[in-house]
This record gives sequence, C-alpha cells and structure tokens, in this order.
Amino acid sequence: MKVTITVNGQEVGADVEDRALLVHFLRDSAGLTATKIGCDTTSCGACTVLLDGESVKSCTVLAAQADGAEVTTLEGLAGADGTMHPVQRAFHAEHGLQCGFCTPGMVMALVSLLRENRHPTEDEVRAGLEGNLCRCTGYHNIVRAALSAAAEN
Amino acid sequence: MSILGTRVVRTEDPRLLTVGGTYVDDLRVPELDGAVQATFVRSPLAHALITGIDTSAARDEPGVLAVLTAQDLAGAEAPENEAPENAEADEAELVAAEEASAAAGAASAADGGAAAEAAGAAAEEAGAESGEAGPGPLGGPFAEPMFAADRVRFVGEPVALVLTDGPAGRYQGEDISELVSVDYDPLPAVVGTEASLAGDTLLFPPAGSNVAAAGGARKGGGPAFDGALFAGCEVVVERTIVNQRVAVVPLEVRAAAAAWQDGKLTVWASTQNAQLARVILAGALQLDPGAIRVIAPDVGGGFGAKIGLDREAVAVAWAARKTGRPVRWVETRSENMVAMTHGRDQVQSLAIGGNRDGRILAYRIDIVQDGGAYPRMGGFLPTLTSLMAAGVYDIPRVETAFRVALTSTTPVAAYRGAGRPEATAAIERAVDLFAAEIGMDPAEVRRLNVVSPDKFPFTTASGAQYDTGRYADALSTVLEAAGYQSLRAEQAKRRASDDPVQLGIGLATYVEITAGDAQAGETARLAVHDDGTATVYTGSSAHGQGHHTAWAMLVQDELGIPMDQVTVIHGDTDLIPAGVGTYASRSLQLGGSAVHKAAGEVKDEARRVAAAMLEAAEDDLELDTDTGRWQVRGDPETALSWAQVAGQAGGDGLVANVEFKGDRATFPFGAHVAVVEVDTETGKVRHVRHVTVDDAGPVLNPVLAEGQRHGGIAQGAAQAMLEEVVYDADGNPITSNLADYAAITAAELPSFELIAMETPTTLNPLGVKGIGEAGTIGATPAVQNAVVDALAHLGVRHIDMPTTPERVWTAITAAQKTAAQQTGAQQTGAQQTGAQQTGAQQTGAQQTGAKKAAQNGRTR
Repeated sequence: MKVTITVNGQEVGADVEDRALLVHFLRDSAGLTATKIGCDTTSCGACTVLLDGESVKSCTVLAAQADGAEVTTLEGLAGADGTMHPVQRAFHAEHGLQCGFCTPGMVMALVSLLRENRHPTEDEVRAGLEGNLCRCTGYHNIVRAALSAAAEN
Repeated sequence: MSILGTRVVRTEDPRLLTVGGTYVDDLRVPELDGAVQATFVRSPLAHALITGIDTSAARDEPGVLAVLTAQDLAGAEAPENEAPENAEADEAELVAAEEASAAAGAASAADGGAAAEAAGAAAEEAGAESGEAGPGPLGGPFAEPMFAADRVRFVGEPVALVLTDGPAGRYQGEDISELVSVDYDPLPAVVGTEASLAGDTLLFPPAGSNVAAAGGARKGGGPAFDGALFAGCEVVVERTIVNQRVAVVPLEVRAAAAAWQDGKLTVWASTQNAQLARVILAGALQLDPGAIRVIAPDVGGGFGAKIGLDREAVAVAWAARKTGRPVRWVETRSENMVAMTHGRDQVQSLAIGGNRDGRILAYRIDIVQDGGAYPRMGGFLPTLTSLMAAGVYDIPRVETAFRVALTSTTPVAAYRGAGRPEATAAIERAVDLFAAEIGMDPAEVRRLNVVSPDKFPFTTASGAQYDTGRYADALSTVLEAAGYQSLRAEQAKRRASDDPVQLGIGLATYVEITAGDAQAGETARLAVHDDGTATVYTGSSAHGQGHHTAWAMLVQDELGIPMDQVTVIHGDTDLIPAGVGTYASRSLQLGGSAVHKAAGEVKDEARRVAAAMLEAAEDDLELDTDTGRWQVRGDPETALSWAQVAGQAGGDGLVANVEFKGDRATFPFGAHVAVVEVDTETGKVRHVRHVTVDDAGPVLNPVLAEGQRHGGIAQGAAQAMLEEVVYDADGNPITSNLADYAAITAAELPSFELIAMETPTTLNPLGVKGIGEAGTIGATPAVQNAVVDALAHLGVRHIDMPTTPERVWTAITAAQKTAAQQTGAQQTGAQQTGAQQTGAQQTGAQQTGAKKAAQNGRTR
C-alpha cells in the first residue's frame, strides 16, 4: 500500500507491505538509520520516535497507521544550523551514552518526557525511562543528563 | 598541565547523538548494494536427531536465492568434529584429549595470530593447561559445527540458512524459513548440571561423557579432596549455591555482512576484535588471512559475547563467497536470546572454616560449570573462578575443583567478568556465612582477613599473584562513605519496631584479574602528518568504552598535539592487520600503553629531526607539551611546530609502529556497600543505595572510568536481583525475549555513589589496571549479601540469585516456620532443645540462625 509520512519535515512516500512497521519505513523507505531495532517485543525502546509529537515505539506502529502523520527521529532533533537539542547536549556533557545503540531511543523518550513533565524528579525520570533499556551506562548518567536538560527548561 | 586525569567528554558522541552512528544494519556502502538477506532456520528442539531436511518448498518461492544446510558445506572444509579415539575413554582421558585437541585447534586456526596466542596466554596465566581456552567457536573435540548436521543440541541451534532478495524485504526471510521442513527424532533433553553429570543421556555419545573438562581436585576424574583441609578449624560452614545463568543482552544483537569481490572477502561484523574474527574466518573458510578484510563498524555493546565471531557470521561470509552476492544478517532479539552465548551458570559447593576469633583458615570451592551444548571456552571460565577463589583474603589453605558439564542449552561463554564474578560471589557469600555463624560483623571479619599491604606482591593459596593492593583501606573508605554505623543503627531500629520494610546492608570486598593475557600485548601505530595532525591505529576495539577519546588524550599528553587534531582508527584489518582487541579489561593497560609507547618513539624520532633542523644537540632540545612546539631549551625563538618537523621527516612523516606486551596480569580491587529495602510482606527488594571504591590505578579520564563502573554495577545488581535465563524440563527456553527476560531498567536502580582511590601497578608505564568488569564483580555479591542481611534476624542465611520476590518471600516463610517449630520445641523441654542446638551448630548457618530467631521469640 502507498503510505506518505512527513519525517523530520520532509514528506516521504513509499509503497510498503500492509504489515510494514513504522521503524522499517523510517530505516528502509526514508533511509534514516538512527532509529534502531533492539528487540521484537516492544521492550527495549531503541526505536522510540515522536509521532505527531508523542513518543511511540516505532516497532509497534504500522507504517499504515502513521500515514499522513508527522514523525520526528533523532536526525530531526538538532536545529537547522546543526545546534544540538538540549537533551542531546546533556547526553554529551554527562556521558549519557557508551555504545550508542540505545541512545536515539533514549533521547527521543526523554524529549517527550520533558515536554510532559518539565521538571521531573529523579524517580520520575527513572519511572519514565522504564521502557527504554540500556546495557552500558547503568542509567546513572542518562538520569543525570535528563535532570540537567530539565534544568534548562 | 597534563590532560591525563581530567574530565574530558567524549569525541565519539556528536556522531552517535545526531545520526545514530553506523552499526552493521545501518551500513549503506556500495559493496553491500543489493545485499541479500540471511535468515537462519533454527532448531525448535533441545535435543534431537535430524533425519531429513527438505528445502524444496522454500527454494521454489520467488525471491529465494538459496537455502543452505550442512550438506552444502561439502568442499567448504567446515571444521571437523573430532571425537576422541577411544569411545570408552574415561573422564581423565577425555580431559586430556580435550586439552590436546583444543591446543591443536587453536594453533591451526590462529596460524600465528595474536589472538589465539592471547587466549593461550590467558589460560596459562590463569594456571590452566595452555590449550583449555580455545579462542573461537570452531575446533576441539566437542566442536560446534557451522550448521547442525545430524543432531541438534539446543533450541536455537542453526540448521539452515535462507537467502532472500525478494521485494518483500526483511519480512520475507522469516516467511521462507518457515517453509524449510526439518524432520527431527527427539531425544531426551539434558537440563541442569545434575542431569548432565548423571550421564543418562549423552550429547556427544562418542565422547562417552557429558563432562568436557575437569580441573583442580577433580582433575583426572577425581575427586581427590584434601581430607585435612579444615583441620584445626573451630567452625566450618558448608553451602551449595547457584550462580545462575544470565543473558548478555547487548542492545545491538549479533550482525554481520559480507561481500566477495575480486578474490577478496570483506566482512563487516559486530565484534570486539576484527583481527580475531579474521583468524576465525581464515581457519573456517580455509582462506589466506590476506584475502580477508574484517571491519568492525560501530558495535552496540559486547560484554564478552562478541569476542571473535560466531558460527552464523562465518556462515554469512561463506554464503557470500558461495553465491557471489553480498549478504547481510541481523538476528532478531528472540534469536539473540537463545543463540548468543549466555554467561555465568555455575553450581558451587562451598566450605569455609576458621576460628571464632574471626580468622579464616581454609576454603574449598567445588564448581560444576554448565557449559551449555558446546564448551566454547573449554575449562576457561571455572579455571578463572578457581584462580581467583581466595578473593582479597589471606587464607592459608584453599582447594578448588571444577567440572564442565554439557547440557542441551545455549552455550555458555564470557560475560562481563567471565569467571571472576563467580569467584567473588562465592567467597563473599562464604565470608558472610562464616560471619553469621560466629556472630561477628561481616565488615570486621573482612578487616581481619584481607591481605595486608606489606605482603604485596602476594601469591594466594589458589595460585594468583596479586601485584598491588590496599584492601583494608578500600573497605574502611567505603564503610565510612556509606555511613556504615548509621546504617546499622537504622537497621536495628527497623528490626526493633518490626517494620515490614527491613533494611539490608551488603558488603563485598573484591580483587579481580585484568589483562590476563598481558603477554599477548596490543599494537599501536602512530603517525604525525606534515599538517601537524596525528593518526592512531589501534589493535584495541572500542564498542562503547571511549577509546577514541582516551587514546587522543594520551597523544596530547605525550606530544602536545591537541586531541582534536588526533584521529583514532580501530577495527579494520586492512589498516590494522595485527591486533588483539577489547575484552578482559585489557584495553588501557595494553592498548593504551602501546599508544603511549608509540608516542614516545615518535617523540624520539622528532627530536632527531628537529635537532638537525636547528643544528642543535638532541639533548638541548625540549618539547613544550602545552604548545606542541620543539625548541632549543629556553629559546622560544627557535620553536618548530609538529607540522614543520613532520614535513622535514619526509616519507610517511613521523611514524611509530609498536607492540606493547605486559609481563603478567594486573589485579584491580575494591569494596562495595549495597543498601536494600526488603518488603517482608511481599518479598520485593528495592536497591536504594550503592557505594563503591573501585581501585584500578591512576584514572586517565574519570568520565570514562566512572561510566564503566556505573554499567558494571548495574549488571551486577541485575544478576543479584532480577535476571535469570530459565529452561523448562524439556529444554525449552522460557526467557527467550525481552518481555520474558527481566533485563534491568532505570526504575530498579539508584544513582551510584563512587569513591575514588588510585593504587598504581608497576606492570605498565601508565600504572593502570582494568576497570571494565570491576563494577559487576563487586556489585553482584554486595547486593545479594544485602538482601540476605535484611532478613538475617529472621534466621535467613542464604537466598540464591536472583533474589526475586518469590524467592525472598519463600525464604522468609521458611525461616518463620523453622522459628515457630523451634519455639514449640523449646517449650517441650530443655533436654530436647539442647539436642537441637547442638545439631544446629553442626549443620550450619541456617539452622543456627533459625535458633537465634527462635530465641528472640520472633515469629511473624
């Protein structure tokens, strides 16, 4: 079926299988590979993107469901001049990433979290990240990055 | 001022944070244009004979390029499965055969490669027979074939490979793989070490036994335990504990892509060491290593399970060569959970003896290592556990023994710590059991028994030679930082008030071995170019550790070339043919020392060139590392830039090509305090604080070192509280995806409190030890001890990991029942109670604890 999705401000149209997942549309049709696939049970959050401004796990949304919608991926987060988003900057400053594989999903989940709750407590950040797995950082610096980005809000 | 020791954020990050890096699945290189997709058909049964494979239905589908099985390997010279000659061989002969064959296998596969040497050296260092640590999955008497041919031995074992390039893209492979029809004749599963040792069902019938390796007091089939080990001990506590199987769960699963062009094979692989991967490929495919290029792009975590290359990746390379088409394989997480190697999985029978004054005199550990279906690392893991058995303690008599028992489950291999966390978990539990038995504070028992600083270098009774250590300092520092006395006071208060949420304080003092294969060394090539920039080619292979930042800092420190002018390259065998890779917490002390050494050589060469340019004596020249300028001492007028000196050097500029080899392993150490709350009504454990001292010598970049500690602590806490790979009686994995496997999340952890302590080693010029695995090694027993400690007053002496609510609740309930029975018994008469108390003393900690609880009249 034909699907058209606005990804990071650019309209992308593609003919995909009915069962095609949004994450595969983003990676294969839109050619944007920052969004990762880390599991097959909606558990790890590596594929988190913003769908019409809300965070979703793009492995659990059909491309067809996103037809006509706007999607933001990690690639679309920085400003036009390349300035990183405050959450990206905080991840860098606080060493919130090691291998980097969970990072796109983590960053997008936090962007969404900090929109809903501008000044979360540490416990609220931890609870908010429960759906995003990281195996490298022990979450310590990811939480610090979240709190430091929130301080800029 | 030196940049070393300062907090420098990573140069790697901007790329990862803006475009998400480039992992194997993200590669959009021309060589992989039109790559076909590889999908493996895997065994759904734990143990069965394959009686037929029909691929015709799959092959007839449009878009199917090929369906490959073991039959297609003819001519590919797949590694042979060499059974020992004597089918009736007893265990001793088997072990000998295994050692000899593994050594031969390693040698032939490596063909002089540093990696096999590395593994051999590691085993030797560990006091093992030199052949016990086969580096790769291929070779040895219990060999892992590329595809199961006549028998499958675990759920998830690859049986066939489907290559598709139809328009349905990535979904097609899974559709087609379901059309491959495999006939199985089921055999009994072998689940758990007990069933394996019973030997009713053999996984390799020609071998005559499920025991793939044995050592220590069990070497040669034993056991030959020392009957006098505990002579003179006032107290002996015995306990069998389980260090459960866990899944590695790197966020990026296994992946590989391969292209065969003009007689050369290029393989992109998610690996911890491209050079070892090349050795394995060359051996398996019978290719000259020069005809293979292995590239490690961004790698999304490894934790030991991506050392070298697994059979699936070898099959992908073979398929690319066979079909002449580029091939890409990225497994699913559900495949990863059953087909990537697992970690840990030891049953440990412990005995610890000593006197009531707190002195530990003797310790025994008898290990049964569940090797899974194929003994990937031979006896390597329990050998390391045995070597490190004594921990930080000065114990006069230590006896170790191990057997590797094969089961019809996923193979077990290295996972963050690889054999050392198992050793620390055992001795740290044993020390707590001993402390409980003699009624002494576990901190005091540790203080009394740690090796004192004046004894270094210290050789333990289990044969490890510790380089440097300040164990008592680490302990006292962490206790003070944690506020140990206040914590104990808070605990007493909660106990006194019968608070349903009890406080547990867990200690672990640890020492671990890093760069066990120090003699295998590491390579570095450093070039300073005529524009004043520098390039480092390193044999280390970062997959999250931050080598690019760290190596650039080393160059800036030594040469004064700003780190943003330093490019670091790793993981490409065309550019770096010789290298060992990243594992065993070896990178900084070997790879970093190599970069340091290369910088020194470049400096020497530059001095000669600059001296000629300035017509000065070499001794009169100085390098200002703040400005990166050469000058005649005290005369800034003469200053030359690196660009000028490198330009004058001609040829390739200033280049040093070095290898750094260590003499032997280093031994980082530390102490952890974990604080948990245990809800005694539900069994739920909450990890509320974690305070650590982790001393790995001078810290190059605290940002990176702390990151390693954080991640390690989380993985340790995960094993202690949550994670476990579980099989049912038929060998079906029931934790085969991330919905069923309890991978730890942010919500289950506290922020960590890290205390700095730096005791240098003398074994390398930087004075550094490894920090990659220390956090896991300390945290696992600290958290487990904390859970038990929370319930000690109820009579609980031990709970196996993971300390799930069910297990904790069951332990509480059992302790309460015992206490109630004893209270009843006490009421029936002094004589009977006396008898029971004597019995309790003889049979160990749990009953003694129950007795105390009964005496306190504590029933809930």
